[in-house]
This record gives sequence, C-alpha cells and structure tokens, in this order.
Amino acid sequence: MSAIRIQREEFDPAAELEALTARGGKSGAVASFVGLVRADDGLTSMTIEHYPGMTEREIASHAAEARRRWPIHELRIVHRVGTLNPGERIVFVGASAAHRKAAFEAVEFLMDYLKTRAPFWKQEERAGRKTWVTAKPEDEDAASRWR
Amino acid sequence: MKLLYFAWLRQKIGVGEEEFALPANVPDVAALIDALRKRGAGYAEAFRETSRLRCAVNQQHVAFDAPVGADDEVAFFPPVTGG
Repeated sequence: MSAIRIQREEFDPAAELEALTARGGKSGAVASFVGLVRADDGLTSMTIEHYPGMTEREIASHAAEARRRWPIHELRIVHRVGTLNPGERIVFVGASAAHRKAAFEAVEFLMDYLKTRAPFWKQEERAGRKTWVTAKPEDEDAASRWR
Repeated sequence: MKLLYFAWLRQKIGVGEEEFALPANVPDVAALIDALRKRGAGYAEAFRETSRLRCAVNQQHVAFDAPVGADDEVAFFPPVTGG
C-alpha cells in the first residue's frame, strides 16, 4: 500500500517506520528519509505552499512509478505545508522491501521527484524578510538520472 | 476557465485563483500568457520572463505549446522547491 499525506501537523517518524514494518516478517528492509528545516543564514521560519489536488496526484503517480521499478512492499510519504521553524520536520519518505537496495533506491527516487516535480513552494524568512526559494539545478540533475 | 497562481506569481498578480473568459484565438498556453500579460501591470510583471515559469493544465505538467480550452484549469507557478 502507498500512504500519501499532505498536512500542516507534525508527524511522528517512529509511527511511520512502524507502519512500514508491519508486514508479518515478509520485509527484510525499511529505508527512510526525513527532511528538516535548516537554520541557514539566520533563517527564522519557512512557509510551504502547495497546489491542493495536483500535489497529491503528482506524488501518487511517482509512488506508482516507484512500484513499477522496485518490488516495494509498503510506501509512506508525508509532506508538511504551512509555517515551520528551524529543526522541524518537513518531509518523510519511507519504503519497505525484501532487500535493502530496492528500499534505498525507491526512497531516493521519490525524494528526487518530490524536489523537482511535486508542486510545493518554499518561502524563507530572515530578519522579518521573506524570500521565495529558487529551484536548484543540482536537484534537476539528481532527478534526471532516473529517466 | 479557471486560472491558478502560486508562490511569487500569486503575489505579483494579487489573487491565487480566478475565472477567466478564454478569448478567441488563444489555442495554447503561450497564447494564453500573451493574453494575460495585457490584463495589468501585475500580470505583465508575473509573466515577464517565461523561462522562470511552469504551467499545468488540468493538474498535469505541460509545455507552453499545450492546447488550452474554455473548461480547463490552468495553473502557473515557478519551478517547484518542495522536499
């Protein structure tokens, strides 16, 4: 099953890992990634917006693509929106599979696609000034290796 | 049609969502951008440099030569920065 959530609330990585693991011993590997708000250059907060409807669709289509490429058992993706403070969790991507390679690769694939295709936009606040984050070419390069 | 704007496009245009009567002779996204530019200073500024823009028609990423119709939902936004 692929569980995809977009939410304002904090999530619990331990609960997400637990949900990935509940397979009655079939899975031999669980891999996950958690993205956090970095306190770069005096960053005081980050606000994330998304395109309700399209964001869920894009993520679901990439989750389906990950399943075509790797023998994944469970897949969980959580992405937060709204205003977050340094140290807060932004995103969770986790996958379970029989062996680690599939789980690792699926998580990396999904993160690369979340960065370059899923409609989310970040705005950073420093000293009361808000600026939109610009897309990084290296994120595009990272995603292009899966094509 | 329904138009949606996100991130700095929404701020420059001043609204996140609006209904727009698609004029005649606007067959694709590129022509729609030209039509929107004429709607005011905020639009002209938002659509000034199209290399910084991305578009979705009915919630699918498209190129600027994609066709648009009167019943479509068309969204404009900068390159995405999630994850």
